[in-house]
Amino acid sequence: MKYIDEFRDGQLAQKLAADIRREARSDRAYGLMEFCGGHTHAIFRYGVQGLLPDNINMIHGPGCPVCVLPIGRVDSAIELAYRPNVILCTYGDMLRVPGSNRVSLLKAKAGGADVRMIYSSADALKIAQENPDKQVVFFAIGFETTTPPTAVAILQAATMDLANFSVFSNHVLTPAAISAIMGSGEARVDGVVGPAHVSTVIGSRPYELFAEQYHMPVVIAGFEPLDVMQAILMLVRQLNEGRAEVENEFSRAVTRDGNLKAQAMVAEVFELRKTFEWRGLGWVPDSGLQIREKYVAYDAEKRFELPYQSVADHPACECSAIIRGVKKPLDCKVFGTVCTPDNPIGSCMVSSEGACAAYYTYGRYKESR
Amino acid sequence: MCLAIPARVAELQENDTAMVELGGVRKQISLALVDGVSVGDYVIVHVGYALNRLDPDEAAKTLALFAEIGEGIAPEFLTPSASSE
Amino acid sequence: MTKPRTGYIRPLDLKNGQVDMTHGSGGRAMAQLIEELFLTAFDNEYLRQMNDQASFQIPAGRMVMATDSHVVSPLFFPGGDIGCLSVHGTINDVAMAGAVPLYLSASFILEEGFPLADLARIVESMANASRQAGVPIVTGDTKVVERNKGDGVFITTTGVGIVPHGVNISGDLARPGDAIIVSGTVGDHGVAILSVRENLSFGTSIQSDTAALHGLVAAMVAAVPGIHVLRDPTRGGLATTLNEIARQSGVGMMLRETNLPIRTEVRAACEFLGLDPLYSANEGKLVVICRQEDADALLEAMRTHPLGQDAALIGEVIEDDHHFVQMETAFGGRRIVDWLTGEQLPRIC
Repeated sequence: MKYIDEFRDGQLAQKLAADIRREARSDRAYGLMEFCGGHTHAIFRYGVQGLLPDNINMIHGPGCPVCVLPIGRVDSAIELAYRPNVILCTYGDMLRVPGSNRVSLLKAKAGGADVRMIYSSADALKIAQENPDKQVVFFAIGFETTTPPTAVAILQAATMDLANFSVFSNHVLTPAAISAIMGSGEARVDGVVGPAHVSTVIGSRPYELFAEQYHMPVVIAGFEPLDVMQAILMLVRQLNEGRAEVENEFSRAVTRDGNLKAQAMVAEVFELRKTFEWRGLGWVPDSGLQIREKYVAYDAEKRFELPYQSVADHPACECSAIIRGVKKPLDCKVFGTVCTPDNPIGSCMVSSEGACAAYYTYGRYKESR
Repeated sequence: MCLAIPARVAELQENDTAMVELGGVRKQISLALVDGVSVGDYVIVHVGYALNRLDPDEAAKTLALFAEIGEGIAPEFLTPSASSE
Repeated sequence: MTKPRTGYIRPLDLKNGQVDMTHGSGGRAMAQLIEELFLTAFDNEYLRQMNDQASFQIPAGRMVMATDSHVVSPLFFPGGDIGCLSVHGTINDVAMAGAVPLYLSASFILEEGFPLADLARIVESMANASRQAGVPIVTGDTKVVERNKGDGVFITTTGVGIVPHGVNISGDLARPGDAIIVSGTVGDHGVAILSVRENLSFGTSIQSDTAALHGLVAAMVAAVPGIHVLRDPTRGGLATTLNEIARQSGVGMMLRETNLPIRTEVRAACEFLGLDPLYSANEGKLVVICRQEDADALLEAMRTHPLGQDAALIGEVIEDDHHFVQMETAFGGRRIVDWLTGEQLPRIC
């Protein structure tokens, strides 16, 4: 598979690992946060951490849209799904995520709600066309990567004048979340492995301000394991040289400006929310998107007058500290005992890209040594 | 987050869609978010949409960079130390 | 003088007819369905006796019995259908004890309104699978449920077989140092099914690997009678099966990713959908665990059989109190290959 397999080459990985070991100074530690779940997934799935020297410490950030979605929003989606005449469409990732009382969309489906798994926002449009007597709601989640396809669906619905289609928007913004983590001042982060596919849309420019403001090196990297290792090497070099720049390892897909067409479509349909609640990070200003007044007909929150109730996480759960890079999964009392991928308590366990789930699924072998 | 993969555009189809190909698998995707895509281009596919075109020159540069790395490394760096999480 | 009539009913309309409640009522319509469809297709001396049970002589030895209910959506998929699947599935469950499968039973739950043409196709496919495998369907049952109370057709098959003398194969017999071998490419069936699911459809040449494995098993047992463990990695895929064995035997495992046979198309489809081929179902593959010193002989025996051509040594059994299945990745790292969490659903993130 071209442009995939080349970036998973084990022999090159050994050489890159050797270079990282040679260049990482033994008299200091490197705390590097990979913001994206995609990077977390690659690190665990390919065993990247095992190739790194001990003083390079990967901190797994909050960049998984499933993990950061607050329970209250899941509850709203479930409530919607149970309403008569509603078909709720969503991506496979959301089906298992438990809301309050451990009820998930999958359980709601078993309980009689009409919940459909879709692969693409276009599928939701199709379902709406095929079911004119039903209200079809697309439960939309995701960062800047997934927002443009939702915008396209809304624009197409408007063109078709589709009266029975609406979107429950939960789209969130990456730079706002990174700023929230850096701004908290407690995370031991020396450098950031920047988002891959988010950056194909927003470009590398949005990170520039932030690299300067927090004097924080950022290297945008692809989601293949060699990309991650190369980014780590580039971060080590920046830190050794005292630089704090935005570098782009993923230049094959990311430009400084990003995808302007996609940005324009998103801007046409969406506007900033004043504030949005994140699981693990709390209320973050200017971090979420809502549908503009012009397209209010397609806004499920308005059409169904969805009330929002914030739901607190389990008191023993350390996800909030883990997401901010202050703690590790093993520091959490409920990790692997009460909280497992089959029975997730906290946000980091709900998606396979969450830090706890990735560590549980792929990383526990270290305990068997 | 944001699962996306590069796939080759095999065929342009009507309504701004295309058939892409990856490792013998073909899938129909939307081109609504990108302009000027031609057959043979590689696009990054996410939830059934092409997000961007992949730049083959830049990909080649990155791979060339990997190839240079690790040349002339002293043997002590080639064996991993016992590492831990 | 007119010739005496032999039957007073119209033949089943296998082209446009549908299953209706009378086909399960025990009356004439049911008898007709059984005679014209099932008996004709499965035809053998046991069924021809028209009893409610089959009676047969069994050879001396240890007997095994396995049962499996088959529900699959869609009913017809690239490389097979629920009919052949229901024959292969149970034959394989019997064969995984190292046994020679002898007889099958088949039980159908049909939904009112199900097209008789589809049923005929399914039954024909079962009959072919059974004939090819040399394992007759000797007794059966049919029930009809009302519309919307079934999913077209459910098929339960049960099989019996005899374990050859001296063969003792069980999931709890894996020992540290043993070799782990898989009979061919993994993940094909699961991906073939997904490729025709609504909303996911993608174009591919991937076919289900559905096949009866008892011939392969017979060749393997003949080459290495002391095989420790045999299992077919169906639902949950190779990863789940290995975890089951690790727990049953109280051991760990270390796999080598570079040795895993996986088709490029299967890898590509999994890339599109965010799935892992190790958790994708197989219906014509087996995992075998044997002493390291038997591995070469076993591999040779497997590779000379058509269903074991791509057999590969994929790892070894190790000591581990956690019973982890681990893998040395092709990338040079190490990771756990854990149990499947819930159902494997396509991901976007």
